[in-house]
Amino acid sequence: MSWDTVLATAGLVVVIAPSLLVLAFCATALFTRQPSERLSARLTQAAVLAGLLASSLVLFGMLTTGNRNVIVELGEWVSLHPDETGEAYHFHLKFVFDRLSVPFVLLTFILVGTVGAFANNYLHREKGYGRFFALYSLFLLGMVTAILAGTVETLFLGWELVGLSSALLVAFFHDRTAPVQNGQRVWTVYRVADAAFLIAAIAMHQLVGGGDFAALTGEGAWPYAQASIAPGPALAIGLLLLIAAAGKSALFPFCEWLPRAMEGPTPSSAVFYGALSVHLGAYLLLRVSPLIQQSVPLAASIIALGAITAVYGAVVTRAQTDIKSALAFASLTQVGLITIEIGLGWQYLALIHILGHASFRTLQLLRAPSVLQDHQSLENALGGRLNAPKHRSDRSRLSRVLYRFAHRRGQLDGTMDRYLVTPLLSLFSGCQQLESRWLGWLAGPENGAPLDALPKTTAEASDLL
Amino acid sequence: MIELHFPLLELAILAPLVGAILAHGAAPDRARRIALTASALSLTCGLVAWFDLASIRSFEAHDRWTLLSWLPGGDPLVIDELSAPLIPLASLQFLLVILATLRTKASRFSLTGALISEAVVIATLATREPWVLATLLTLGTIPPTLELIRRGQTPRVFVAHMGLFVLLLFSGLAIRQLAAAGSLPHGIGEAFVTLAVLIRCGGFPLHGWIPDLFQRASFGSSILFMTPLLGAYAALRLVLPDSPDWALRTIATVSMLTALYSAGLALVERDARRFYAHLLLSQASLVLLGMELATLLGMTGALCVWLSVGLAMSGFGLTLRCVESRVGRLALDRFNGLHDAVPTLAGLFLLTGLASIGFPGTIGFIALEILIEGAVHSAPAIGVMLLIATALNGIAVMRAYFRVFTGKVHSGTINLKASPPERVAVLILSLLILGGGIFPQPGVASREHAARALLEHRQSGAKAALPDRETTSTATINRTIFTPR
Repeated sequence: MSWDTVLATAGLVVVIAPSLLVLAFCATALFTRQPSERLSARLTQAAVLAGLLASSLVLFGMLTTGNRNVIVELGEWVSLHPDETGEAYHFHLKFVFDRLSVPFVLLTFILVGTVGAFANNYLHREKGYGRFFALYSLFLLGMVTAILAGTVETLFLGWELVGLSSALLVAFFHDRTAPVQNGQRVWTVYRVADAAFLIAAIAMHQLVGGGDFAALTGEGAWPYAQASIAPGPALAIGLLLLIAAAGKSALFPFCEWLPRAMEGPTPSSAVFYGALSVHLGAYLLLRVSPLIQQSVPLAASIIALGAITAVYGAVVTRAQTDIKSALAFASLTQVGLITIEIGLGWQYLALIHILGHASFRTLQLLRAPSVLQDHQSLENALGGRLNAPKHRSDRSRLSRVLYRFAHRRGQLDGTMDRYLVTPLLSLFSGCQQLESRWLGWLAGPENGAPLDALPKTTAEASDLL
Repeated sequence: MIELHFPLLELAILAPLVGAILAHGAAPDRARRIALTASALSLTCGLVAWFDLASIRSFEAHDRWTLLSWLPGGDPLVIDELSAPLIPLASLQFLLVILATLRTKASRFSLTGALISEAVVIATLATREPWVLATLLTLGTIPPTLELIRRGQTPRVFVAHMGLFVLLLFSGLAIRQLAAAGSLPHGIGEAFVTLAVLIRCGGFPLHGWIPDLFQRASFGSSILFMTPLLGAYAALRLVLPDSPDWALRTIATVSMLTALYSAGLALVERDARRFYAHLLLSQASLVLLGMELATLLGMTGALCVWLSVGLAMSGFGLTLRCVESRVGRLALDRFNGLHDAVPTLAGLFLLTGLASIGFPGTIGFIALEILIEGAVHSAPAIGVMLLIATALNGIAVMRAYFRVFTGKVHSGTINLKASPPERVAVLILSLLILGGGIFPQPGVASREHAARALLEHRQSGAKAALPDRETTSTATINRTIFTPR
């Protein structure tokens, strides 16, 4: 058996393993009652292990053969024949194993496997155990698909699965209102990011005649490909992708969804928002890095956005009073720095930074629930206080301003609600009122059903979304 | 004339009609069994007719033995590649709604009325002849009107809109016929028919009757009146073939506005039924928009979205109806927390809602992708607005899910879990939505073929209408639709 066959087969297993896991959960949900905890855990372990082994085999094969760009073609999922003007549609399923995707997919399987094992105990006999693992499988499939995608459509497919599973996991404890509202907020930000992503994908189709990344970023193995696209279109597509990445990676001004996402169970916070999901935007920018090098204004925008996010995260994290929020904003700082590195063209550094940060943050978040106990154990052992708080009354004016800014998290969500969400909702509410009056008049005075006044304040709008 | 092997279309129409006669006055349980049998028979005939058409490898076919050939103009019933999947889809929608109707709600939902409506809908979808189509579309408006009166609700909004629709439709067809004979100038008839179609489709600002209908009529009847998308069918048969470009431009622009406007209203709606009506309107407008782009991609996308919206929105409405039948009218301005009480319905609600907005893995994903691609090819601005409408709908669907199923603990002591017939309905819909999402190519290929034929038909119509113009290709005509002049 040649190495080509081995690599292709192993590559397929990497994609198929999480797909089968999702199908298994779907089938059990459709045809039977909820699977037992043991069955859920076994299925998950098997899928993650198969994916990890197969991706390790791909890495080994790549190192052995020297092939740094393994393509696994699944052919056309959907294709429409061109008409007289050449208009056609193709959804090409193509997966790429290269220097960028292989480390990322290995990281995904390792972290997801670790967190799966952790969650198996952490959520034992929890009411939503089955739901957690079903969403977890969806997330894994989405991540693997997005990471290995060789075409923009395939990446979008994975991108959406990650978004849905993330939003539903934020709202995991759905008996309470706050997690649900936070889940809705996360979903809304993701939809905005998805719309930008899709517009970029369509623009890419128009420009290069297809969704293949190789057509956009140039042939050759990452990161040495040379994009042949002109600077103007590169800037336009790049900015749209930057908006998409900003939504997914919680870059400025979408930063506030990340601490909101910590409302979900700790395992999902750790693996999704601390480690993988939050880096997916950065991954997208890395994937199109040859495009970034084509346009200086685009690179400058990415650096600026990264810098603002890093500074914002560094300032805000210092005033957080709960450990998961502090970690969330600390993650933002690192993601901002990673974004700067991508803008500067230091792709390898950014990749290593992602790998290190994701692993470290996962550990921190998994330890977060027991950090107080650890702290108290240490203090008991030492017989005194650790890091006794310093009470200073001589703080400068700047320090006080920054503290207030950090304490209110920069009021990013509030500002967006006030200037974007509320006017939009007020507009539609006004239309609804008008429509209601018109229909009421048409139905006759005794039959009209006028609606109550609809929300107009920022707080109500925020609650609505 | 190419014929099917059996008179399947007539049987598909006759089965619910006979069922309606037998069910009328029967005991509730017996009436329900009769209705289910008749609807299942109709579905079977529709499916067999579809396969029969595929087996004889023809674009269109009439029933064998032409039982209706005595009618003026010959046998009006015909199945073609466009209507072939729409007929069983409509039968399936009726079957599932009847199946998922709880016994306790039998008194509010007229099975006889549903079966008569089914016969009319299938006859409409099996007709291309304009006058017959107009008559059937008119007949289709009678059962909802009667139901509104029976429920003690005012039919004024519905009747005002449908009356105007019928008036414009018949006047338009008459003027068009006179214009063809040279008695009247061209254009007036087309304008009337276009306006009539826009009213039937719920085009902004003449859409108010749809949320009103959902609010006043029974949910089941409203779903069955709207989800077969007969307005879009009328546009396809009456406007697309030989109407001038301005008519298509008007419909496409109004559809775009409707999609955006309704998506916005769905976002702020407080009543679950009205939310559903706005969401359906927004999604159905996308079908019309794609069709009126009159490009291959746009048309194929529209026909695919038609099937996905038909399935997904039927399922979505059905789920909402099942939940309503347990806890009463649902308000979306508060959390209802029903997830743990009805987990199966919660799952289906999310699945069908996501399918309706074209989420990956569901039947709507590829359909919407093709439609967006087609829209961008015609005019990038339309593609962007379409995306905005879809994004707003996505937010609205998730908001509705969270409001209905989460946010608090439901404290009822009565078992609300889905009944076996409801579970069967859920299973069928889920399999179709997921199956179509995982294996989209057969459906897309079939719709592409139908779209090509429709565009060729339009091209031949355009050539016939403009004999003095230089002959242009379909694509050239299509490309000019959105080009400013």
